[in-house]
Amino acid sequence: MTGTGFSLDRILNTFAAWSLALLWVLPLAYAVWTAFHPAAYEARFELLAPLTLDNFAKAWDAAPFARYFLNTFLLVSLILAGQFFLGTLAAFAFARFQFPGRNLLFTLVLLQLLVMPDILMVENYQTIRLLNLVDTIPAIALPYIASGFGIFLLRQTFMTIPKELDEAARIEGASVLGVLWRVYIPLAKPTYLAYGLVSVSHHWNNFLWPLIVTNSVDTRPVTVGLSIFSAIDSGVEWSVINAATLMTSGPLLIAFLLFQRQFVQSFMRAGIK
Amino acid sequence: MKRGFALKRDWIHGWLLLLPAMVFLFAFTHIPAVTTFLNSFFSTPRGRRPAKFIGLSNYERMLDDPVFWKVLWNNVWFAFGTIPASVGLAIVMALWVNDRLAGRSFVRMAYFTPTVLPLIAVANIWLFFYTPGFGLVDQITGALFGWPASNYLGNPDTALNAIIVVTVWKEAGFFMIFYLAALQAIPVTLKEAAQIEGAGRWTVFWRITFPLLMPTTLFVCVNAVINSFRLVDHIFILTDGGPDNASALLLFYIYEVAFRFWETAYGATLTVALLVLLSLLAIGQFFFFDRKVHYK
Repeated sequence: MTGTGFSLDRILNTFAAWSLALLWVLPLAYAVWTAFHPAAYEARFELLAPLTLDNFAKAWDAAPFARYFLNTFLLVSLILAGQFFLGTLAAFAFARFQFPGRNLLFTLVLLQLLVMPDILMVENYQTIRLLNLVDTIPAIALPYIASGFGIFLLRQTFMTIPKELDEAARIEGASVLGVLWRVYIPLAKPTYLAYGLVSVSHHWNNFLWPLIVTNSVDTRPVTVGLSIFSAIDSGVEWSVINAATLMTSGPLLIAFLLFQRQFVQSFMRAGIK
Repeated sequence: MKRGFALKRDWIHGWLLLLPAMVFLFAFTHIPAVTTFLNSFFSTPRGRRPAKFIGLSNYERMLDDPVFWKVLWNNVWFAFGTIPASVGLAIVMALWVNDRLAGRSFVRMAYFTPTVLPLIAVANIWLFFYTPGFGLVDQITGALFGWPASNYLGNPDTALNAIIVVTVWKEAGFFMIFYLAALQAIPVTLKEAAQIEGAGRWTVFWRITFPLLMPTTLFVCVNAVINSFRLVDHIFILTDGGPDNASALLLFYIYEVAFRFWETAYGATLTVALLVLLSLLAIGQFFFFDRKVHYK
């Protein structure tokens, strides 16, 4: 409020911010352009070029994307359910119980922030093979089910909940799990939402580990399916590949555009430590 | 005696609550980390031949492996190319978006959107963008500067840089979010006080805002360093490590060795190298920044 609202400085900043923003959407906008126009307009930009959904139809027919979507959906749900369940119990233990080995175990949990399962893919593949789970959806999910990040995030939230609420519920006769269920989980809802969004978008987008442990249509998530579909030597038209690319990112992208504020706030909340 | 009993019960509850998570953590993080280390001293089992102890042979091979040094060097270059650029851009983006800017929500959305896209999709979009002659990059440089068509991804001199650009594009908006959160926590009065004292925008930024953002910068940098060793998905689509390993990174090479050549023991050795590197970097960063960070 210094009265310099319309200074040159301000105009330059606005201009630069917008230029960068336009530059930032350019690759995506280009993909959208080609996906919605016939192949002839891939590199010709005419305002009145005919719009079409053909490319999406072609992509949908050319590869089992419906199955890939189902696989991704199952995978993401499985991981989220596992992470919520294991993370809640572990976070509750760290936040409210005194027991020998607590600090050591907490350090081991935090270690996973540095040493992520992806980095240990060579050994994890051996484990999955021993368990006879290669090429199954649980195999993709297992290494991520216990998340150091999730445990940490929930612990931080649980620690902010006043102990008095906890004690009051206990006096009324609630069991340990009853307190967790009736006091802690409801009060931590925003954290669950934030963590859930981050987790879903992370695992929807994950590629390397699923690439390693899957080798059939029945288990591949969309990212791996897309990479096979768009392999350079497959000779598919660019417009169709771009349509497939948008299709696979579509659900997340649409969810993001609709719930932009929640998304941004979730990522913020998940990042503040 | 009642108290002692309650304590013991606390122990049991704590352990039981932790048990399921710890089982999975140990099974897929801690135990594999240890067996990776152990397996690096053995040969790769093949068919009926079991793994046998070969001491430091794998490590000797690694030190003699030109591809290892190549991908390590690439990774260093990749880190230096992506981290300062994406963190710097993230700060600038956050300052802009935090300002009372016309069309702020569009600008914020534009910066953040790449974060939501799968890296594989990002790679597809940019592969098309980079297509020699026909992609938008060549069309723009051709129309503006009259540059000839160039194969950025097929040329060993530019392949890695082309990948760095894609990575910065993907990451900057993500880091922006953390800075945005930190900026919103800085009291406006602080800035106003400085402005009353006659400090310009530039001084306010370097003397007040930037130091207060230091904890965020530490957090973002730790993330960026880990990411620079972890983000390899787009390489599969854009260059597949080529030409001649010019754009291969360490984790990508580990994948190649372990899952294309099936040399799991050597893969384990390379993984140990990656883990050591990551730990050193994490410790180093912590001490480096610790002296400069002003906690509130």
